[in-house]
Amino acid sequence: MDSITQGIIRAFELIFHLNAELFGIILLSLKVSGLALVIATLLGLPFGAALGLKRFPGRDLAVSAVNTLMGLPPVVVGLFVYLILSRKGTLGFLGLLYSPSAMIIAQTILAIPIVTALCQSAIVNVDPLIRQASRTLGATQRQETLAIIHEARYGIISAIVAAFGRVMAEVGAILIVGGNIAGYTRVMTTTIALETDKGNFELALALGIILLLLSFAVNAVLHAIQRKGMAPAQ
Amino acid sequence: MKLQASHISKVYNRRTILKDCSYVFDKTGTYVLMGANGCGKSTFLRICALLEQQDSGEIAYLDNGAALARDIALMRRITLLLPRTGVFNTTVFKNVAYGLKLRGLDRPAIERKVQSALEFVGLGPKAGQHGRTLSSGETQRLGLARALVLEPEVLFLDEPTASIDQENTEIIEEIIGAMKKESRSLVIMTTHDRDQAERLADQLLVIQDGILIQTK
Repeated sequence: MDSITQGIIRAFELIFHLNAELFGIILLSLKVSGLALVIATLLGLPFGAALGLKRFPGRDLAVSAVNTLMGLPPVVVGLFVYLILSRKGTLGFLGLLYSPSAMIIAQTILAIPIVTALCQSAIVNVDPLIRQASRTLGATQRQETLAIIHEARYGIISAIVAAFGRVMAEVGAILIVGGNIAGYTRVMTTTIALETDKGNFELALALGIILLLLSFAVNAVLHAIQRKGMAPAQ
Repeated sequence: MKLQASHISKVYNRRTILKDCSYVFDKTGTYVLMGANGCGKSTFLRICALLEQQDSGEIAYLDNGAALARDIALMRRITLLLPRTGVFNTTVFKNVAYGLKLRGLDRPAIERKVQSALEFVGLGPKAGQHGRTLSSGETQRLGLARALVLEPEVLFLDEPTASIDQENTEIIEEIIGAMKKESRSLVIMTTHDRDQAERLADQLLVIQDGILIQTK
């Protein structure tokens, strides 16, 4: 039996026997990515909505900048956060380097442009007749904005789910700022990288399978949301 | 409520659309604005409905002789049906309920009024259907129900049959005819169809060379 097959069998044993180390890693991954996503949504959604709804000087430049930042290289973000949080950095006094908080900061920076750009796109694609309809029906400025955001809701949820997929699969930035400390900052992707280096493929494969399943679940949710967002056929 | 338009002018891209339009809409009934395409009738309607700003002149809404402030309270006493109805991504019922929800009505009142408005435009059986599955004619009737349910004191209809078939045009004309009998609203509509204007108008107005003229 080759090492891949052996690894897969061992991986399923780890998954089905509820290995404590494995589940600790999964939970930390979900916690870090989940919190990063919440913060990124709280910041990115209003910014995306403003870019989608308002007309102001420099708006096109801001949209282009956000779209560009969607492709931010994670290692560059990791390096940037590392320099800021390191002892001599601007925020070094907080002592956050090599902690889950540092990982959340890095993932938030990666997720914000995704949430912002995709929310902006969802909002800007709402039929202009919707804005006019809500205005003619007596909506205040705030109610009109809420009506447009409500119309874009499926696109906005898709944006959040897409950002979650990105941060869950991320490795470069969190490896730099988290340090991959066992039981503290070790998450799925960093564990896969470490265990592969060590030749310990069982745990790496087990985590790889779980990551794939999570990715599948995220995409299934995304697909379901997009289908729900479409008006049924006549 | 009385609507008074005084010396309205509007220029688009250096082209004068409206030169000097003045009129007092002071009787309930249907006023029909006629004119060739691009003559400015929709612009005049949007200015009267407070959705667009004129370059000069004044729009005043008067209640018992007193001018009303241009605020959300006034905006909720008037409404406009556009040539194409924007349909919210939800059911026919919720589309019609939207304006009532904005006004804070309770659920039983909303249900009663929406169902009644849908029956009035012949969409009662389609209340639970998704709004975006309606035909273009039904969509325009949905827009009409959405406006009527608000019981506006002034109802603006901008080319309400411009984008629909003959059958639905006749249905909408019947609805406007029924409204005239039942409602005490002031209805101001635009059309480029002279026969339709003759059929529906209590007062027939024409915009020609940027000036508003009464012909009937």
